[in-house]
Amino acid sequence: MSAQPDLLYSEEEEALRAAVRDLLADHGDAARVIARTESDAPHDLAAWKALSDGMGLAGLLVPEALGGQGAGHREAAVVLEELGRAVAPVPYLTSAVVATEALLAVGDEELLGRLASGRTIGATAVGLHTAPGAAVRTVHVEGGLLRGELPGIADAAVADVLLVPADDGGLYAVDTAAVTVTPQVSLDLTRPLATVTFADAPGRRLGDAEPALRRALRAGAGLLASEQLGLADWALNETVRYLKERKQFNRPVGGFQAIKHRLAQLWLEVVNLRAVARGAADALTRGEDADIAVAVAQAYAAGVAVHAAEEALQLHAGIGMTWEHPVHLYLKRAKADSIAYGSAGAHRAALAELVDLRAP
Amino acid sequence: MTDAAELRRRTAELLAAEPPADTDPADFLKARFDAGLAWVHYPEGLGGLGAPRSLQAVVDAELAAAGAPDNDPRRIGIGLGMAAPTILRYGTEEQKQRFLRPLWVGEEVWCQLFSEPGAGSDLAALGTRAVRQDDGDWVVNGQKVWTSSAHVARWAILIARTDPDVPKHAGITYFLCDMTDPGVEVRPLRQITGEAEFNEVFLTDVRIPDSRRLGDIGDGWRVAQTTLNNERVAIGGMRLPREGGMIGPVSKTWRERPELRTHDLHQRLLKLWVEAEAARLTGERLRQQLAVGQPGYEGSGMKLAFARLNQEISGLEVELLGAEGLLYDDWTMRRPELVDFTGREAGYRYLRSKGNSIEGGTSEVLLNIVAERVLGLPSEPRTDKDVAWKDLAR
Repeated sequence: MSAQPDLLYSEEEEALRAAVRDLLADHGDAARVIARTESDAPHDLAAWKALSDGMGLAGLLVPEALGGQGAGHREAAVVLEELGRAVAPVPYLTSAVVATEALLAVGDEELLGRLASGRTIGATAVGLHTAPGAAVRTVHVEGGLLRGELPGIADAAVADVLLVPADDGGLYAVDTAAVTVTPQVSLDLTRPLATVTFADAPGRRLGDAEPALRRALRAGAGLLASEQLGLADWALNETVRYLKERKQFNRPVGGFQAIKHRLAQLWLEVVNLRAVARGAADALTRGEDADIAVAVAQAYAAGVAVHAAEEALQLHAGIGMTWEHPVHLYLKRAKADSIAYGSAGAHRAALAELVDLRAP
Repeated sequence: MTDAAELRRRTAELLAAEPPADTDPADFLKARFDAGLAWVHYPEGLGGLGAPRSLQAVVDAELAAAGAPDNDPRRIGIGLGMAAPTILRYGTEEQKQRFLRPLWVGEEVWCQLFSEPGAGSDLAALGTRAVRQDDGDWVVNGQKVWTSSAHVARWAILIARTDPDVPKHAGITYFLCDMTDPGVEVRPLRQITGEAEFNEVFLTDVRIPDSRRLGDIGDGWRVAQTTLNNERVAIGGMRLPREGGMIGPVSKTWRERPELRTHDLHQRLLKLWVEAEAARLTGERLRQQLAVGQPGYEGSGMKLAFARLNQEISGLEVELLGAEGLLYDDWTMRRPELVDFTGREAGYRYLRSKGNSIEGGTSEVLLNIVAERVLGLPSEPRTDKDVAWKDLAR
C-alpha cells in the first residue's frame, strides 16, 4: 500500500483559502447570488475574472511553462472548498479542473494557456451526471464538422470553447460561437446546465476522447468532494450560529438535546468528509492510489453534503423554506452534486472492482 | 532541544549497553526507561527527555529494528493511557518517582475505579466514601464496577467522595489505591459474550495513606478529567491500515466465500466499507494534527464513529454467514487479560461491539460533549449544580 496521504492544510493552503474567501466576500452576499439566478446572467463573471485574472487560480493545475501556476489538486481543492462555501456561480470546477485536465491529457498547449489565464472558459461537452469511465453521448463528425445535440452541459452558457466527444472516438475543440447553447431550467441555480446543438460546427481534433475524459472526470469527481465539504461546512456552521440565537420556549433552540445530537452527528460527518476530501486531493496530486481515493470520496461526500443542507433547512424551519434565505441554494447545489460526476452508488460500484468486493 | 538525530544516538547507546539478544527483557525495559527513551515527551528522570511527542516514533522504529522487547502496551493500557498522564500532571515528586517506572516497564498493572452502579454517565454523582482518620489516612467504603484488569492489577486510580455536604463535583478526591489491601474484593462480572473481562470491586474499610492522594482534597473531579480525556484519545486513536479494523474480517469472508453473497448485503457492505475508510482517514488526520501540535476534539468523534461502525459491520458479518451465523464459538466463562474487539468469531464481535458505544463514555454523552465543547451549543439545563451531593435524588 502507498504511503499515508497528507491530510492537513499547509500554511500556504490556508493563506490561499483566506484570500479566496476575502475575494468572494467582496463580490457579494447570498442575496446577490439569488438575484443573479433570476437574471439572464446567473454566472458571476466579475468574480471569475478576479479569481482567474487577478489571482491566477484558473491555472493552478497547468504547468508554469504553459502559463499556469504549476500548483496541484490540493490547492485547487482549497479553492473549491471556498467556492462551495459561497455557492459561487463561477465555472471553476468545469473549466479550471475538468476541461483543463482533459487538455492536459491530450497535451494541447495553446488551449491550456488560454484556459489557465481564465480569459477563455472551457467546458467539457459531457453530461454533468457522467461518472469517470462511463459511456458518453457523442456527436457525429464528418469532414471535421460536428452535428448533433448534447444536453446537460454545465456552465456551457459562459464557455468560449467546448471539448466535444465525437463518434469517431476523438475529442474535438469547438468554438461556442459556432454552436447553439440553449439554457435548461436546472435544479442547481448556481451551476446551470445547457443543451448544445451542433449543426455542422467546425471542430479541431485534440486526441482520443476516452482517456482524456476518464482523467478529466476523475479529477472532477475527486475535487467535487472539496466543494461538497465547503457546502456542508457552511450548512453546519450557519445552522449552529442561527440556533444559538433563535429562541423558543424561552431557550435557545440549539440547547435542546434532540437538536444538539443531530448537529453533533452532522459535525462528525463533516469531519469525516474533510478527511476523505483531503485524501482524494492528495492522491490526485501524487498520482498514487487516486482511483480508490476518488471513489471513496465520492461514495461518501454526496450523502454528507445533502444531509447537511437538508438538516440546515429543517433546523432553520420556516425561514429555511423561503426563497429569500440562501439555504435553498446549498440544498440545490448539494443535491445536484450528488449526481454530478457519478452518484455515490456509481462510485461504490467502481470500488467493488477496485478493492475486490465483487457483486454476487 | 532533543531532535531525531539525538534520539537515534541515545537509542544506539542503549542498544550497545544492553544488547537485546543478551539482556533480560525486564532489565532492558528498565534501562530504556532510565535512558529517557520510554516516552520521550515525559520529563528527564521519569522515562523521558522532554522531547516532542512525535519523535517517539523514531525511537520505537530503531528499537523494533534491533529486535528489542516492548512493554506489551495492550496489557498495561490503563496504566499507560490513563494513570500515567494523570500522575505526571498532578502527582508529587515522590509519587512520580514511585509509580511511573514500574508502571511503564509493566511490573505493576493498573486499573480504574471510577464507575459505580449508581454513577455511570453521571460519574460525578459517585457515592464511594473516603473518610479522613485522625492519623491523616483515609478509609474507603463503596462499590465500583466495569473494572477491566482489576483481577491482575497491583494499583488502581480511584475517585471517592470526601465531602457529601457540597455539590457533587466539589466533594470528590482522587487516590492511588493498593489493590492488595485486604479490604479490596474483586468479583468477575460476566458479560453478554459469556466471558468476564470486567469486574465488580467492593471496597470495605480500605486504608489509603494521605501520601497516595493525587491532587488536592476536593479537586478529584478536575484531576479525573485528565484521565478521561486521555481514555478517549486512547480509544479513538489507534493507527490502522486500510481494512485494519472490524471491516477486515468481513471483507475477507466476502472475498473467500462467494456463495454467501447477496445483492442487499453487497450494497450494505460497500457503504460500510466506505464509512470505515472515511473513519480511518479521519483518525489518520487526527494523528497528523496531534503531530504538529493541533489537537482537536476529533478524538471524541472518532470513538462515536468507530462504535457505530463496529456494531453495524459485525452485525452485517453475522448475517453474511447465514446458517453459520446461527452458531456461537464458545459461551464458556473466562477472565481474559487482554481484550481484542476483532478477535474470535463474528458472533463474539457482534456482541462485544455493543459495548463500544457504552464504555469510555456513552455515545449519547459524547454527542453532548461535541455539541457543547466543539459547536459551542448551550449546555443541558442543570438541576444538580448547587445542591449538596447528599441531597441529590437517587
